Amino acid sequence: MKPASFDFLCPDTLEEALAALADGGGDARVIAGGQSLVPMLNMRLARPSLLVDIMRLEALRRIETSGDEIIVGAGVRQAELEAWTDLSRDLPLLAAAFPWLGHVQTRARGTVCGSIAHADPSAELPLSLVTLGGAVSLRSRKQKRRVEADDFFIGMMATDLAEGEMIEAVHFPKARPGCGYAFREVGRRHGDFAIVASAAIADEKGLRLGIAGVDDRPRVFPLPALDNDQFDDAINDIAWSLNARDDIHASARYRRELVRSLGRETLKEASRCRA
Amino acid sequence: MPRLNAARKHTIDFTLNGKAVSAEAENRMLLSDLLRHEIGLTGTHVGCEHGVCGACTVQIDGKPARACLTLAQQVRGSDVRTVEALAPDPAVLSPLQAAFRRHHGLQCGFCTPGILMSLDALLREQPDAGREDIREHLSGHLCRCTGYATIVEAALAAAEEQRKEETPNA
Ligand SMILES: Cc1cc2nc3c(=O)[nH]c(=O)nc-3n(C[C@@H](O)[C@H](O)[C@H](O)COP(=O)(O)OP(=O)(O)OC[C@H]3O[C@@H](n4cnc5c(N)ncnc54)[C@H](O)[C@@H]3O)c2cc1C
Ligand code: FES
Ligand code: FES
Repeated sequence: MKPASFDFLCPDTLEEALAALADGGGDARVIAGGQSLVPMLNMRLARPSLLVDIMRLEALRRIETSGDEIIVGAGVRQAELEAWTDLSRDLPLLAAAFPWLGHVQTRARGTVCGSIAHADPSAELPLSLVTLGGAVSLRSRKQKRRVEADDFFIGMMATDLAEGEMIEAVHFPKARPGCGYAFREVGRRHGDFAIVASAAIADEKGLRLGIAGVDDRPRVFPLPALDNDQFDDAINDIAWSLNARDDIHASARYRRELVRSLGRETLKEASRCRA
Repeated sequence: MPRLNAARKHTIDFTLNGKAVSAEAENRMLLSDLLRHEIGLTGTHVGCEHGVCGACTVQIDGKPARACLTLAQQVRGSDVRTVEALAPDPAVLSPLQAAFRRHHGLQCGFCTPGILMSLDALLREQPDAGREDIREHLSGHLCRCTGYATIVEAALAAAEEQRKEETPNA
């Protein structure tokens, strides 16, 4: 359980980091908090030839408000955003999601953008980003581009990130007055990855439900009001439309049941928060 | 900094338990192995090496973190504290350690160094920590012996003792 060898670069500038990633091809990798990458190195599921440590780049260590978005740079650790003074006002969905994300000890190191890049299908931050309708800023030596969250996650731990590209920041839409937000999940133990996680938004347009842990990536759906007689059929259709699978943690049937019951509870809570 | 070659060892300067240290390590070396094998501080234990058990927990810049998920290269310039920093003197336990002893907060002791480092950080940051905060911090640790109840009692006792000391006339 020890990593294979690799070169290590701790660049002084973002340009230097991007040049190393561009020259390294697919074999060079960013290391941020290391909370997902180092286990993969230890188990030799990842064998990069070069690691580029981005945690000393001051330019990436920012939490900023720009218009109706909160921009979180790639150097921001999960615990730092969790402790940000405006979190419960501007990003109440994240305030509700953080306690579920691993442990105090992993949030102290892990970054927000690292979780987005890792794209675990049951992860809380990708689910929150997709449900809020956020976006990701990508940067390579040659170009900058912005990708909507829903287009960024393309499959099981697979994203739209191209070779030589890194996430520079993620953009979370700021909470609007009159909207309700809620987050809930079911896991085996506190701090484990979710079997099913759900995020809900209630606003003047209606209800939205995001689900992680069932399909190969987080998915979001509109729903009719809870007291509408179409509601039960609608949430049941969602449960069946996700590609639920049996694995050692839970059966597909149990996951579908969680989508229906946990989804309803989360939507109820979001609607209550709105009122 | 220049690119560090995989085949060689490189010097890493950091602060360890209050003292400046300069250690030599390959890029692939984990902080847990640097502490145990190169520096000889074996108080930090290693269980799973994938972040789950918590035995290797140390403090990096005051925050509890997994030494097994940290490359030695990543602590360059940081302030690292291990369980060896807790006792003020080889013959004297820290108040938290003494509470563990009084309340039977350990049996085999494998999980103990990591748990102590998490709880030490908690009690420093949140002197009014209660049962729920302690349980939340313990959720990042596995103990196969105690059943956790005695650990929670020990931590509550240490927190209370610390509060009394800080307000001696209260
Ligand atoms: C015990 C334990 C429990 C956990 N539980 C949960 C959980 O419940 N929910 C959850 O979501 N996560 C969980 N995690 C994982 C979480 O802690 C990680 O922090 C997160 O998944 C990755 O963030 P990181 O900064 O540590 O990234 P790293 O581990 O450094 O990197 C992860 C991957 O992303 C890439 N990467 C990182 N940053 C960038 C960037 N800016 N641009 C491009 N690529 C980048 C890396 O190359 C690597 O492939 C857990 C981890 C542990 C050890
Ligand atoms: S050895 Fe580090 S968490 Fe288990
Ligand atoms: S005392 Fe034995 S594992 Fe905790």
